[in-house]
Amino acid sequence: MKKHHLARNEKLTRFALLLIAFSAVTILAVITIFIFVDGTPIMFRHGVKKFLFGLDWYPTEQSFGLLPMITGSLMVTLGALILGVPFGLACAVFLTEFSSKRLRRVIKPVIELLAGIPSVVYGFMGVVILVPFIRDTLGGPGLSVLAASIILGIMILPTIISISIDSLLAVPSTYRDGSIAMGATRWQTVRMVMLPAARSGIIASIILGMGRAIGETMAVIMIAGNAISIPNSILAPVRTLTSNIALEMGYASGEHREALFATGVILFVIIMILNTLANITSAKRARKK
Amino acid sequence: MYLNPRIEQKIVRTVLWLFTFITVAILVFIIVFILRKGLPVVTWEFLSRNPIDMGKSGGIFSTVIGTVALTLMALLVATPLGVGTAIYLAEYTSENRITRIIRFGAECLAGIPSIIFGLFGFILFVTKLGFGWSILSGGLTLAFMILPTIIRTSEEAIRAVPASFRQVSFSLGSTKWQTVSRVVLPSALPGIVTGVILSIGRSIGETAAVIFTAGSVLRLPSSVFSSSRTMAVHFYILAREGISMSMAYGTAAVLVVSILVINLATYYLMEKFIRRYS
Repeated sequence: MKKHHLARNEKLTRFALLLIAFSAVTILAVITIFIFVDGTPIMFRHGVKKFLFGLDWYPTEQSFGLLPMITGSLMVTLGALILGVPFGLACAVFLTEFSSKRLRRVIKPVIELLAGIPSVVYGFMGVVILVPFIRDTLGGPGLSVLAASIILGIMILPTIISISIDSLLAVPSTYRDGSIAMGATRWQTVRMVMLPAARSGIIASIILGMGRAIGETMAVIMIAGNAISIPNSILAPVRTLTSNIALEMGYASGEHREALFATGVILFVIIMILNTLANITSAKRARKK
Repeated sequence: MYLNPRIEQKIVRTVLWLFTFITVAILVFIIVFILRKGLPVVTWEFLSRNPIDMGKSGGIFSTVIGTVALTLMALLVATPLGVGTAIYLAEYTSENRITRIIRFGAECLAGIPSIIFGLFGFILFVTKLGFGWSILSGGLTLAFMILPTIIRTSEEAIRAVPASFRQVSFSLGSTKWQTVSRVVLPSALPGIVTGVILSIGRSIGETAAVIFTAGSVLRLPSSVFSSSRTMAVHFYILAREGISMSMAYGTAAVLVVSILVINLATYYLMEKFIRRYS
């Protein structure tokens, strides 16, 4: 009797845990549905093409062109990658291949701390230090593509560094030993053996960093200037998709609010494409092993 | 141009060292800058008094309470879900199509920007379910954001518990659930707590998702249905609207100190956890 009871409880537990395990997928599905249901009707009503390639954003006069914001998001993200990728990879290679284990144990938590600092603090640092510096030395309003790129470049460093370190450490040490035994220097080993072997993980880290840069909101609002036009130089102000939502959400209503959800749809699609790409590249790596 | 490999190696090493040094220097600069400007503002008065006149003077007490309430609400929802998912993934199944779907879902959720969570929380909790701008809406939204972190760290912690622990428990006649709840989970606890603390850090610093779901009312919240302003939102508003720079620095310093303490705690726990099982 008791035994039967226990067995039934086991089955119930297993079933309950399976339900709980689907919470993340369910939440993802619900978020997707809500954003699309509120965001896509207006896109089809006014034409998807107009949304994606329209240059004018006058939401109260039913003109919803998002091209300046799409360009803006892509520009600051590209800028962040140009700065963040070399620094991130350099740190990862230095910490795995050239530093002592003790130094790595000190520096790695410090870099993880970089990931913990709230984005508003980064934005604030941009406002009080970087923006005035750019205004005084390079000209322009200071609030600019350049300022946003630099701050985002710093913000994506922890993502790039920690995932690259993991994938470099995952390369079997026999690869390294073999190369060193053949007389290659450390750097030759890194360049010709380690980096190619860790390639898919490193690419995944860059894609995830990209996702973080495109999705960042508060820091960008504070330092990018938020002007609605396609910037003609890196010193010009710019508005991103995320800023567009956050800046106008507070007072928008009716079609204007729907248009902001449409902005969310575009952002969501970009992020999901990046996530899937990162997932495929790291799955490739897992299969290789 | 031919460079002697040894010389090339020396140059590369120096350049890499320089890049790493700059990265660390940036971090140290940010922290030192905020603390030097902000800590002089942080007194007992500052922490224990409510903001006066939109935050121009007074303290930040109500925003500290708001932050704590929102974080607690998020943890109450996300911890059972996250740990449950981790137990299922690590103990009750092997790798198959279902686990791949679950993992993909968690990874995607981790990549979704906070502003999308904010939009979603606003439609579902604030308007459709009628919770309004409240601790409940904000806490639930944050719970969804931190869920992937809790799943990932808990699963790693559970998998790190040696298989022999389970074998001994089974050999004594325990069922699966008895083994999980009385042997595996207690052993994995420090690792799970690490994930929870990391999520606290994320909740404290979050702004975009919170501002549209919990609102920005400065009064002390009286129930889970009250709107409340967190420290991060307060700091953003102080700095963006230029209300008071010294109050902004003070709030930033409190935020940064909390994050420092949280990271130190996770680091300490992790070290202890790793040492125990290796």
